[in-house]
Amino acid sequence: MARIFAYIAHKGGVPDDTAAELVAAANKIDAAASPTAIVLGSGADLDAVCATLRASYPEVWKISQETLAYPNAELIRKALVKVLPAGSIVLVPHEHFGMDLAPGLSVKVNAAIVSDVLAIEGIEGSNLTIVRQEFGGQVSAHVRCDISSGAVVTVRPGAFKPLESAAVNGTLVDKSAEVGVLAAGRRYLETVVAEAGDVDITKYNVLVSIGRGIQEKDNVPIAQELADALGAAVSCSRPVVDAKWMEKSRQVGSSGKTVKPKVYLACGISGAFQHLAGIKGSPFLIAINKNPKAPIFQVADVGIVDDILEFLPELTNKVREMRRVA
Amino acid sequence: MEILVCAKRVPDTSENEIELNGAGNDIERDDLVYSINEPDNYAVEEALQIAGKAGGQVTVVTVGGEDDEEILRREMAMGANQAALISDDAFQGSDGKGIATILKAFVQKGKYDLILTGVQAEDGCAQVGGMLAAMLDYPFAALVNSIEVLDGKKLKIAREIAGGNREMNEIDLPCVLSIQTGINEPRYVGMRGIRAVASVPIPTHSASDLAIDPSTVGESAAKVKRVDYFVPALGKGAEVLRGSREENVEKVVELVAAKGGLK
Repeated sequence: MARIFAYIAHKGGVPDDTAAELVAAANKIDAAASPTAIVLGSGADLDAVCATLRASYPEVWKISQETLAYPNAELIRKALVKVLPAGSIVLVPHEHFGMDLAPGLSVKVNAAIVSDVLAIEGIEGSNLTIVRQEFGGQVSAHVRCDISSGAVVTVRPGAFKPLESAAVNGTLVDKSAEVGVLAAGRRYLETVVAEAGDVDITKYNVLVSIGRGIQEKDNVPIAQELADALGAAVSCSRPVVDAKWMEKSRQVGSSGKTVKPKVYLACGISGAFQHLAGIKGSPFLIAINKNPKAPIFQVADVGIVDDILEFLPELTNKVREMRRVA
Repeated sequence: MEILVCAKRVPDTSENEIELNGAGNDIERDDLVYSINEPDNYAVEEALQIAGKAGGQVTVVTVGGEDDEEILRREMAMGANQAALISDDAFQGSDGKGIATILKAFVQKGKYDLILTGVQAEDGCAQVGGMLAAMLDYPFAALVNSIEVLDGKKLKIAREIAGGNREMNEIDLPCVLSIQTGINEPRYVGMRGIRAVASVPIPTHSASDLAIDPSTVGESAAKVKRVDYFVPALGKGAEVLRGSREENVEKVVELVAAKGGLK
C-alpha cells in the first residue's frame, strides 16, 4: 500500500479545518493507513501548527525555511518534489491554494491526479475509485484513478467529516535539510483585503439571495423590494458579481462572505459548492429555481420550481399585505 | 506580447437541465446547448485587452473535433487574430494530463509570452493550466482576477483567495495563468461579427503535425477514467411545494414567519 501524505494548509499558527478532514479521507482510502502530515512554513507559527497536528497525525513532516513564510505554490511544489517518496498518495485541499499547487505537483512527481473529490469508494488493485461532481453539481461521477505511480488527490473542503478518535501523539520529523535553496518565477507581494461595501450581509437574519436566474441588472430591484418588505438584505452568488449586477461585498461563498442567517431564500441560484460553503449555521433554506435539476434542491429545506421573476413580486405583495394586516 | 488562450466547448450548465442517458454511462447529449466554457471567454477578453495595450497577437486553440470549431469562430469574431483546432482520433479519451500533453506540443511549435486558460471547465477539474505550466517549466498562477503588464518580462497579477481577498504577485514571462470569471466584462459578439469570420480558414493540427507520441495521449495513456455518471442523493433533498403559485407564495410567507423571519 502506498504511503499517504496530507498537505496541511495553515494560517497564524493554526492548521486549517481541512487538516482533520484529510485524516478522514486517508482513512477512506485505507482504513489501516497511517497518514503523514506535511507542513511547510517558518518560525514559531510552523512549530505551533506541528504541535497541534501531532494529536491527529501519527507522523508530522516539517519543512522550515524563511522563503516559505507565505505559501507560494511553486516553492512548495519544489520542496515537496524533493521529499516525497515515489508512488505516494498526496491529499491536498481543493481550494485556492490546492488549485494552484496540485496539477503541477502531479506532473513533477509523475503521479495521476483527481480533483475535487467528494467521496472515496476504496482501492482495488492499483485503482482508486472516487466520487466527484460535474456540470456544476447537477450530476456525479465515479472516477477510477490508476495510482500505480502515485496520486495527487484534491479533496473538497467539508466533504469528509473529521474522525472522532483519541489523540495519537505523533512523531515530528524535520525534513528541512533535504530541501535546499528554493526559487520561483512568481513572487508574493501582498494581500489586498476585500472592501466592506454598503450593506453588511453578515448582520441580517433573513437574506434574499439572487443568482443567475435574476437574468439582468434591471431585475435586481425585484429582489430588493422583497428584501425591503421582509426587513432583509439582498445577497447574491458569484455570477451576479461577475456580471457586475451587484458589488462583491454582497457575494456569499468561499470567495465571498460567510453568512449565518435564520432564513435564506435562494432565488435563481443553482447551488454550486463554492456558494454553499458560505452559508453556515444551518439556516432554513428555501430555494426557488426554474431548473428542477438544480443542485440547490438537494440541500434546501423547501423548494419551489418556478421563475423567480414572476414568483418574487407575488411574494413581495403577500408580505406587504400581511404587514398591513398586522 | 504573443498570447495563447486554451479554450473548450462545453454544454452550458446555466442553459441546460443535465440528465443521464438510459445506460447511465453518459449525460443525455442530444438537444444540449453548447457554448464556450465561460471562464475561457473571460480569458479571451483579457488577452484582447492586454494585446490592445501591449501590442501582439491573440491565438485561441482548442482540442476537439469539427463541432468545436464554432467556439473558435466565436472568439475570432470577438477579436482573436488566429485560431487553431487540434484534432486526432488518437486524442479520444484523454484525461487532463493527456490534454496538457497535447497543448504543450502546440505551444512548443509557436512562441508565446503568455498562455491563458479558464480556471476550470464543466467537469470542475481545474487541472490543465497548472499541468501545462509544469510540463513547460513556466511559472503558473490559478484563479487570476487581474493582470497588469509591468514590462516585457513580468506581470503583476491578483489571485482570488478566500473571503474575496486578493493575493498580489509578480510573475515572470513566459507564464501560464488560469483566469477566474469576473476579471473583465467580455464584449458582446453579434451575428454580424460571426458572419464576418465564417469563412476564415482555421488550421487543424493532428498528432503527427505536432510530433505527439500517440502512446502519451488518449484513452490508453489516461490514468484517470470516468466509470459512470449518477444522480447524487446528497442530503435529504428539499420538500418541493407542488401547489399553485398563489399557494406556494402563501406557504413561503408562513414558513418565513415561523422561522422568525418576519419580525
